[in-house]
Amino acid sequence: MKKLRKKVYMTAGYNTISLGTGRREFHPKKPRPGIEHYIKEAGQGTLKQIGGAKNVDEGAIGNFMAPRFNRQGNLPGFIPMIDDELQWKPCTSTEGACGSGALALMSGIKSVLAETADVVLTVGVEVQNTMKAVYVADVLAGAGWYQKRKNGHAYFFPGQFSDRAGAYYEKYGMEYTRKGFCRWFVNAIENARLCPTAQEYENKVADLEALYNKIKPNGKAFVDNLTVFDCSKVSDAASAIAIVSEEGLKRIGIPKEEAVEIVGWGQVERNVTFDPPDLTELTTIKKAAKEAIESANITIHDLATIETHDCFSIAGILATEAFGFAEPGKGAQFVADGNTDRDGIIPMNTTGGLIGWGHPTGGTGVHQAVTIWEQLTDKAGKAQIKIPKDRPYGMTVNMGGDDVTVVAIVYKRG
Amino acid sequence: MNYEERLQNVTVLGAAGKMGSGILLLTAVEMADISLKPENQTKTYVLNAMDVSHEGLAGLLKYLKVQIQKIAEKKTVLLRKMYADRNDLIENKDIIDQYVFDVINIVRPITKLEATYESNIIFEAVSENKDLKVKLLSQIDSNNPNNPWYFTNTSSVPINVVEKEAGLEGRILGFHFYNPPAIQKLVELIVTDKTKKEVVEFAKTYAKNLRKIIVPSNDFAGFIGNGHFMRDALHAITEAEALAKDIPFVEAVYMVNKVAQEYLVRPMGIFQLIDYVGIDVVQFIMKVMNPFVKDEELHSSLLDKMIELGVKGGQKSDGSQKDGFMKYEKGQPVAIFDPDKKEYIPISEFKNKCEKKLGPIPDSKISWKSIIRRPDKEILLEDFFKTLKTMQTFGAGLAVKYGKRSNEIGKKLVADNVANNENDVNTVMLTGFFHAYGPVNTFFD
Repeated sequence: MKKLRKKVYMTAGYNTISLGTGRREFHPKKPRPGIEHYIKEAGQGTLKQIGGAKNVDEGAIGNFMAPRFNRQGNLPGFIPMIDDELQWKPCTSTEGACGSGALALMSGIKSVLAETADVVLTVGVEVQNTMKAVYVADVLAGAGWYQKRKNGHAYFFPGQFSDRAGAYYEKYGMEYTRKGFCRWFVNAIENARLCPTAQEYENKVADLEALYNKIKPNGKAFVDNLTVFDCSKVSDAASAIAIVSEEGLKRIGIPKEEAVEIVGWGQVERNVTFDPPDLTELTTIKKAAKEAIESANITIHDLATIETHDCFSIAGILATEAFGFAEPGKGAQFVADGNTDRDGIIPMNTTGGLIGWGHPTGGTGVHQAVTIWEQLTDKAGKAQIKIPKDRPYGMTVNMGGDDVTVVAIVYKRG
Repeated sequence: MNYEERLQNVTVLGAAGKMGSGILLLTAVEMADISLKPENQTKTYVLNAMDVSHEGLAGLLKYLKVQIQKIAEKKTVLLRKMYADRNDLIENKDIIDQYVFDVINIVRPITKLEATYESNIIFEAVSENKDLKVKLLSQIDSNNPNNPWYFTNTSSVPINVVEKEAGLEGRILGFHFYNPPAIQKLVELIVTDKTKKEVVEFAKTYAKNLRKIIVPSNDFAGFIGNGHFMRDALHAITEAEALAKDIPFVEAVYMVNKVAQEYLVRPMGIFQLIDYVGIDVVQFIMKVMNPFVKDEELHSSLLDKMIELGVKGGQKSDGSQKDGFMKYEKGQPVAIFDPDKKEYIPISEFKNKCEKKLGPIPDSKISWKSIIRRPDKEILLEDFFKTLKTMQTFGAGLAVKYGKRSNEIGKKLVADNVANNENDVNTVMLTGFFHAYGPVNTFFD
């Protein structure tokens, strides 16, 4: 990647709650707010922090499957709904399955770099609880190649990652691997309990390890190699953040210390019609993370925290290997040893990630950016981790499909 | 004729009723699963849903659609395999919709008996009227050349009586589902001296495929389930009537009901259960059973009085509770019927007074709902009842007496040879009535 022609910042992040099973407000049979409610709440949450909509040049919105979950297309049209002053401004939507959110971030970053905008309001949203899980699985299967659907699992994506977990078990041992999964799950819930917007915020189970180990994978009821505790949530949520230039920061009156600077990224696409080259490796994530780190001109050891795409526990484990923290096969050990805990060598998913905070598919990429912004600017509340002075960096890794559409972004405290 | 061949033509009599609709649902699913096997795809499967009510049959089809969809959603993993060769069915939704159609496509709603003359199996779930059962079964049997087998869902009429009067020698057994059949795991299986071995074998395979637990009961009116329930209900009614000599009737009903639910840790209070089953049904079952029991009188003039006043309980077609001893709002009792004033008195008017009289329960954290799924419930209950026995409160006194009576009824069912052993009695109450513990226990000794 060429050196950036100008500085790009993110600031003024906002998350709605992640609504779904686990939240007290959630009742499957009661009416719930629609997708427009989430877009509006998140968008206004950011606008309030940046002096209002008059300061915004452009809007971008990331979403995966509103046309099916909500019978709604044409999402750019919802940005002017956030505030009257956004009427007639340019807006874009991005779709790359569960990586849609980060594509919206990239769209904003590139607009700023292209000098066509100084302030981009970026939103990510998904409202998925409009249908039962068995039908949600149909919709999410669209992140794979449609020609593979017929022979795929009823729960298509859990099936894909169950195959990855199965391959990892076979290579390195099931019991060993599940110890790593268990720690990943426990961390996700414990971190979520520190974040009031998280879906598992109110989880009160005393012994999470015992809970995790209580159920064994059962292919007759679900998939062969994973249980419900290995999976992310079905969530309704939106997040928003402002992407701004230096001039933009001045316009919105936010000092650099309250923003994060985008210092590098890797955006990598894998052919969706191909099977993954190696089930025990997240090859695309590996490439994207490497590009991001190199373009930021740092090493992974300079990172203070990472938000990684743990749609399934196996994706969390494989990510630690893809980033280079652990050798192939050692990721489960790396996690089980506590290295990704909030006080570990490299804290990951400090507000719960996709398993603990929630996974509003097309919104997740933006949520990850908001969390990193909060952590690096000391705004994470009870979930705040210590950011060492000599490691002022964070990274987000957002993935669409089975390691297909991947964006990794490196942030630096402003 | 093997199991699958026999299931090619089946009839459910009284298919629109509460029990009949559940039996029809489970049988339709079982038949559809057989019909979808590759080797059976050219065969036709017919399930007659026989009922005299057109309105009922229309409601039945709505019920089936909703229920089959729920079943399909739960077994989508398996269904995808069953429909693997159907290239037009891609998504879970396509497959679930197809399955709902394939199950319903087996069902033939009918109101005339003629179609049943081709069936191999007849499930009987008409009202608890022996003469009606005999009339229907003998008419089918004299016109049906297949020598069909009869599975009666009666909960009270002795099977041998129907067998003899309808001339079905050896081809009938009692196959008593619990309400609602789609949910309750229990089936009481009752054979006569003459029931053929192959009929019993079929019944066992069928029950196993439906994932039901079979408890054998001997052929005495009421069998195990109602043998316990009717006597248990009479105990409650007698207690309430005795209390009502000193306090208002509605307060007596409230207290006995509360004791049965909260002090005895049961899923619902006894008067609520009577309302759930239907006061008319309870009265009817007692009437059917009474001639067959020797040393006791299964009859309640209170029930007669309620029926005379038109207070019946039971459920509406949408499954919601009709008013009976109690008036319900969103499934919860809110008032109790006063037969003298002929009106419902709001529970809020006397609740505090009654609760003060009863005294506290041993541990407010223990309720049926809180312990039913807990593996350590035996220990929790043991502690709970141990404390209960030491308490000198009015409520504890009623509860211990109630628990002892339930125990006595359970033991009597074994002594009278209705049940083969105490374990069977307990299994019936645990799986048919969803109790947290069996009536034969040592909690109240």
